[in-house]
Amino acid sequence: MRGITPWKVTVGLTAVALAAAGCTSTPEPEAPKNDGSFIISWSEPQNPLVPAGTSETQGGVVIDALFTGLTNYAAADAKTEMANAESITSADGGTTWTVKLKSGWKWHDGTPVTAKNYVDAWNYAAYSPNGLINGTFFGDIKGYSDVVSEDPDGPDKPQVAPKPAKDKLDGLKVVDDNTFEVTLGGPSNLWPIKVGYSAFMPLPDVFFKDPAAFGQKPIGNGPFKLDSWTKNVELKVTRNDDYQGTDKPKVKDVVFRVYTDDAAAYEDVKNGTIDFQQQVPSAKLVGDLYKTDFGADRSSNKPVSSSAFIALPTWLPGYNDPKVRQAISMAIDRKLIVEKIFNNTRIPMNGWVNPNMAGYKDGSCGEFCTFDAAKAKALYDSATTKPKEISIAYNGDASHKPWVDAVCNSIATALSVTCTGKPFPTFGEFRTLVTTQKMTGMSRAGWQADYPHIENWLNPLLKTGASSNDGKFSDAAFDAKLKEADGTADLAAAEKLYQDAEAMLPALMPTIPLWHSSQQTVWSAKLATVTINTFGELDLATVTVK
Amino acid sequence: MGRYALRRLLQAIPVFIGTTFLIWFLVWGLPGDPFAGRCGERQCPPAYVQFMTDKFGLDDPLPVQYLNYLTNLLRGEFGQTFNGTEIGDLLAQAFPVSIKLALVAVAAEALIGITAGVLTGLRRGSFIDNLVLVSTLVLIATPIFVIGLVARYSLGLASVSPEAPLVELIIPGLILGSGSLAYITRLTRVNLVENRRADYVRTAVAKGLAPSRVTGVHLLRNSMIPVVTWLGLDLGSLMGGAIVTEGIFNIRGIGGLLFDSINRRQSGVVVSIVAILVLVYLIVNLIVDLLYGVLDPRIRYE
Repeated sequence: MRGITPWKVTVGLTAVALAAAGCTSTPEPEAPKNDGSFIISWSEPQNPLVPAGTSETQGGVVIDALFTGLTNYAAADAKTEMANAESITSADGGTTWTVKLKSGWKWHDGTPVTAKNYVDAWNYAAYSPNGLINGTFFGDIKGYSDVVSEDPDGPDKPQVAPKPAKDKLDGLKVVDDNTFEVTLGGPSNLWPIKVGYSAFMPLPDVFFKDPAAFGQKPIGNGPFKLDSWTKNVELKVTRNDDYQGTDKPKVKDVVFRVYTDDAAAYEDVKNGTIDFQQQVPSAKLVGDLYKTDFGADRSSNKPVSSSAFIALPTWLPGYNDPKVRQAISMAIDRKLIVEKIFNNTRIPMNGWVNPNMAGYKDGSCGEFCTFDAAKAKALYDSATTKPKEISIAYNGDASHKPWVDAVCNSIATALSVTCTGKPFPTFGEFRTLVTTQKMTGMSRAGWQADYPHIENWLNPLLKTGASSNDGKFSDAAFDAKLKEADGTADLAAAEKLYQDAEAMLPALMPTIPLWHSSQQTVWSAKLATVTINTFGELDLATVTVK
Repeated sequence: MGRYALRRLLQAIPVFIGTTFLIWFLVWGLPGDPFAGRCGERQCPPAYVQFMTDKFGLDDPLPVQYLNYLTNLLRGEFGQTFNGTEIGDLLAQAFPVSIKLALVAVAAEALIGITAGVLTGLRRGSFIDNLVLVSTLVLIATPIFVIGLVARYSLGLASVSPEAPLVELIIPGLILGSGSLAYITRLTRVNLVENRRADYVRTAVAKGLAPSRVTGVHLLRNSMIPVVTWLGLDLGSLMGGAIVTEGIFNIRGIGGLLFDSINRRQSGVVVSIVAILVLVYLIVNLIVDLLYGVLDPRIRYE
């Protein structure tokens, strides 16, 4: 229906070149398998393809293919690895960071990747009049408040936000071509972990000449470069053979094909027209139909970085006894509820940390997160004070009722108590009651990771006085352990300390872990060594084509 | 006839402005903020919302926005989507695909429908007549998505590839046209049956003309007026209304684009598509009206 698309021309020319080469030299052995290509089901990104301007998955997966930032999260265990950075070091306990870049890295247009590219990109993203979605990620860099301005009378009123005082972050300084210095507002040993997110990726000089045009034809420094993008049809990336990173891809081309209907995409993966669907349609979850269709070797059910908990009012008599909290936890048949209510789209939790996090340890909650009605009853009966009211509060404006009722039912049956679900009309009202300590029973809680590290699941949720510590849980020894971990500059040692802290939790039972959300993925027989990374995306560096 | 055509074209202008204006108001009148829910679980940063609102002039009153849109349209600019794509590019990609699909569907309707109609009309009450009547009844009664899903999943068909070659569009086109095909068959049959008793047919037979000429020239030509009307309207509606078929076979046409754009509240795309569809309807209608005169010389245009 249209003329020849550019990538076809490229393919054609390559074929001619190969044929010409074949005439003059001895025939090469059969082409290696790392020249393959495959197709991913996709939909049009919501925003232009600029790293700090993209927060949703469709744009994100392409950004991750085209750009490489300072660090990467390993696909297997979310550990932070140096990527474009040679080193990220701090001499003063985490306030000032010196970033050294690996030399020899190039943009897809051939210009070198320099420290200035990072500083310029971060300044541009943080400056609020540029309106990039991920601008807030630069909030912990010194001088952030000078580059953002707020609308004085709210977004719906006539006044507009004034121009910020400065257009550059105070905390960023280029030292030389391969070095820059970052000063944070306060010390943070985990800062090198945060910069693995795509908001922190660099931008080439050409971006600043015409940001709008760049968003349609991005030039990155990553393992793949943009080949063609036919809007609303497909986007094609091809391997960047000049790529200096260690995660060199083993496939040549990846095509992201747009689908309006995810059932059609599912069917096409099944019949081999395309090769990968990140989330199967909900109709295929019923009775694990996708597993029947694809088998265990071509499907996965992997947690995503959000989890559900029950918060307990630890200030109330009864609930202040860890034994009662443990008994309630043991009385919940997570496996059955996940199966019956959620069609296995959740994964029962056995710990306080999401499995996508660096530092995650399986089974850290042990027997206290495993359903055992008899033990739970015995433990509950042994407690001297019982809670006056056993109830689970939730917001009625989302579909929480079925599982809350199921959990309550499980607790009531196991412990021979009455348990009621208590809906509140809106999320806002519900949260106000939780944060002002007005709850008379338990309440539902959820958490989504800001960055894939165990610390993000302990400090904000369980430390004394932490912002999202709904149950007002407090334990001096646990706090001390967290503080020790926070102050440890060596990341591996810190991670170990955070794990030690988590290991203290089964005895304390500060909150009741329920389950992780999960993503059901399927792929065709053409793909091998499929790894799903911490963002739920296919890891393009390791995947191979048969 | 020239003056008639001119007058009809002039009438099209207020119709075009009226419909686009209505659509513009309806699309922007949808409740909710187009930038809410674009940042996942979190709320979008106010700076981003402000930037986008300014960029797309969403703070202006609706009539001003509409006038801006219309002036740009007259200059041939459709504007951009929220992710910076030129709407013109989207339309240039999707319309050829949809036109191809609609033409395949209409061709199938015309070819199969008229043939079946003639066969049954000439052999009224025969076995084939009853067979066709029953099968058209089934086609009319079955929703198109049922036919589409059954065809796709039970036959294990793959989606249409992005280039949408004509061969791959044949089955989706047949499915898309299946309902109308049944109507065309019945329309042709009824008109044929009625006109067979007309005086001019009796005259033609009495003159000793060959039966094929009586049917092919005299009878069929006069029976075609309602059929042509139907086909013309169908061409327009199939182009924009193929949402279900396009979705099932992942055909990157106008229907899917329209559906997607409504979901994403890309009103610029919605209004542009509707504007073009209105034009298509107006032109097709004019052609159909002019065809009446060709088919039946008794019809004159004033």
